[in-house]
Amino acid sequence: MSKPRIAFFDFASCEGCQLEAINFVEEFLVLLGHVDIVQFREAITEAEWDIDVSFVEGSITREQDIPRLEEIRENSKVVIALGACACTGGVNAIKNTRPLEDVRADVYGDKKDWFPTFPTRPIDQVIKVDGYIYGCPIDRNDFLKNVQLILQGKMTLRHNDPVCVECRLKENECLLTLGKPCMGPITRGGCGAIDPTFGHPCTGCRGLVDDPNENAAMDVLAENGLTVEDIKSYMTIFNAFRPEDIQ
Amino acid sequence: MSKNIDIHVHHVTRVEGHGDVLLNVKDGRVEHVALNIVEAPRFFEGMLRGRAHYEVREIVSRICGICACGHALASVRASEAALGIEPSEQVVDLRKIVLAGENLSSHFLHIFFLVAPDLFGVKSVLPLATTHRDIVVRALKLKKLGNDVSDVIVGRHVHPITLDIKGFTVLPSVSALADVQKQIIEMIPEVVDTVDLIASVAGGIPDFTRETEYISLGPVSGSTEYPFYDGVIKSSEGITYYPAEYRKVTNEFIIPDSTAKHCKHLRDSYMVGALARFNNNSDLLHPEAKKAAEKLGMIAPVHNPYMITLAQLIETIHIMHDTVEIIDKIIRRGIKDEDYTYQPRAGTGSGAVEVPRGILFHHYTYDSKGRIEYADCVIPTTQNLENIDQDFRKLAPTILDKSEEEISLLLQMLVRAYDPCISCSTHQLNVRFK
Repeated sequence: MSKPRIAFFDFASCEGCQLEAINFVEEFLVLLGHVDIVQFREAITEAEWDIDVSFVEGSITREQDIPRLEEIRENSKVVIALGACACTGGVNAIKNTRPLEDVRADVYGDKKDWFPTFPTRPIDQVIKVDGYIYGCPIDRNDFLKNVQLILQGKMTLRHNDPVCVECRLKENECLLTLGKPCMGPITRGGCGAIDPTFGHPCTGCRGLVDDPNENAAMDVLAENGLTVEDIKSYMTIFNAFRPEDIQ
Repeated sequence: MSKNIDIHVHHVTRVEGHGDVLLNVKDGRVEHVALNIVEAPRFFEGMLRGRAHYEVREIVSRICGICACGHALASVRASEAALGIEPSEQVVDLRKIVLAGENLSSHFLHIFFLVAPDLFGVKSVLPLATTHRDIVVRALKLKKLGNDVSDVIVGRHVHPITLDIKGFTVLPSVSALADVQKQIIEMIPEVVDTVDLIASVAGGIPDFTRETEYISLGPVSGSTEYPFYDGVIKSSEGITYYPAEYRKVTNEFIIPDSTAKHCKHLRDSYMVGALARFNNNSDLLHPEAKKAAEKLGMIAPVHNPYMITLAQLIETIHIMHDTVEIIDKIIRRGIKDEDYTYQPRAGTGSGAVEVPRGILFHHYTYDSKGRIEYADCVIPTTQNLENIDQDFRKLAPTILDKSEEEISLLLQMLVRAYDPCISCSTHQLNVRFK
């Protein structure tokens, strides 16, 4: 049996998730034994189509990226959204929270019209996506677990238990009780609660769980001294994308 | 010679981000040659407007997956300058280690994965995994070492967790630092071997020189430190500035018929990055790094941009020895709990640090509630773009007798030598030529 042909692609992103994917030594070499990497522009020059699994990093922020994403879809049996930018729009969607003209003018001044852009969207707003590997960046262990599932033809992990579950299992002191704004109660887990474990409140990078109780979460943040303006801002670091923004 | 050439390399590989190389030659004359940046714009400065001081670092580290810690450090330095905060000596020492880890990791990635395949005449590191497996394993181990050095302090190199304005959310233990120090010491011989290896294939590095202006941090007065985290802005033309004056250096400008912001100072263009640092500060390198420079035949000033990779390799040796010494100092002193709380206020400030690809500037203005009113980030690749184009213009006419394939490879190798970080270039995007 021939080895599965996998590829990495990126759109608007920092390419950090692709780097995380090669940031482990032994596992990466083991992985190389099980798959053929046929496209990975950041790391290799070879480029072939007819792909079994494409990992797509980055969000879609302009018209011209749509045909390229569609081409990837047409040539791939399975498409996986890799990381926050691809899964939820990530930090790129912050620009959707302000009038687009203002954002463009802030960066490019009177030359803003030279830089075509539209509201940021996750890739599943453009093409059908078969699975998601969440996080900014992805978690290496979560990536490996998901790759095993994908190569067996199974679904990726949905991670509907919030970050708090793993945080409790690690016996971390709850940051909310220390007066820190933490998105853990409504954010998808699977990261080993890495932020709170290092004393930093969760910023919601893995996206919100299905049916999050955002109002209750906002009440908790308000109890910790944040204003409504602060809370709204904090909750949109990674979760600014709203489907209605691209209607 | 009348020759027509039309090269368009769509998305140069083995660089970070999306760029195209264009060369048009008509009747043996170069009509146009350029690196064309086609990365999707991300509008970071626009996204920062109105954001609270504690969110800023969180957002800007996402500018780049390779220099996430560098962006975070330039950010907290700019915020501290604006908010009137002075970090402790302990914090500064720990930050230097974070930056060291990132520079190591990025340099090894560039040397082994992005450049070495050209020197070995293969398309990527993948065939080397079969033919030179020991080198690939060494490459992965060294890259991981760089990550581990940062991870021990910030939790995760992409993207840092504990690094905040004024301090850290948690401090590393002395034993964790001692452990990572041991790893560094164990790996130094592997890098010394790499110097010999690269010296043996360095004959494959193209012979091309163009003198230009070199800009990097320079030592603050009285310091003998090869500056990455702290320093003044130094030009090889003999001028220095304070970080707050960075705009006198960067002078971002717009080219007719293109939409790219480029930079220039006293000459037509300037270079930032490992070779600029080496040319400006090589007398401050660690003695072992000086030995490596000698082996590689590098005597400052070096005017061949393809040698950037060698300057990076020399820097890795310096960084490893320097980091061992910083950790020694911290272990002697012990890790102390400190108060990292602060009050926001209105103010303006700039931060400059040396990240893998060169000097990086962040500049913010905060309102009285500690929200961003104005933000500006000038990225090393933005500063190098004009220099790459100027190199292209000098190089291209001299290589027209070669095959299109060879010409294309030489141009791509030049782009790769600069290790451009195109995703980082939050300013200049969509360079378009007619």
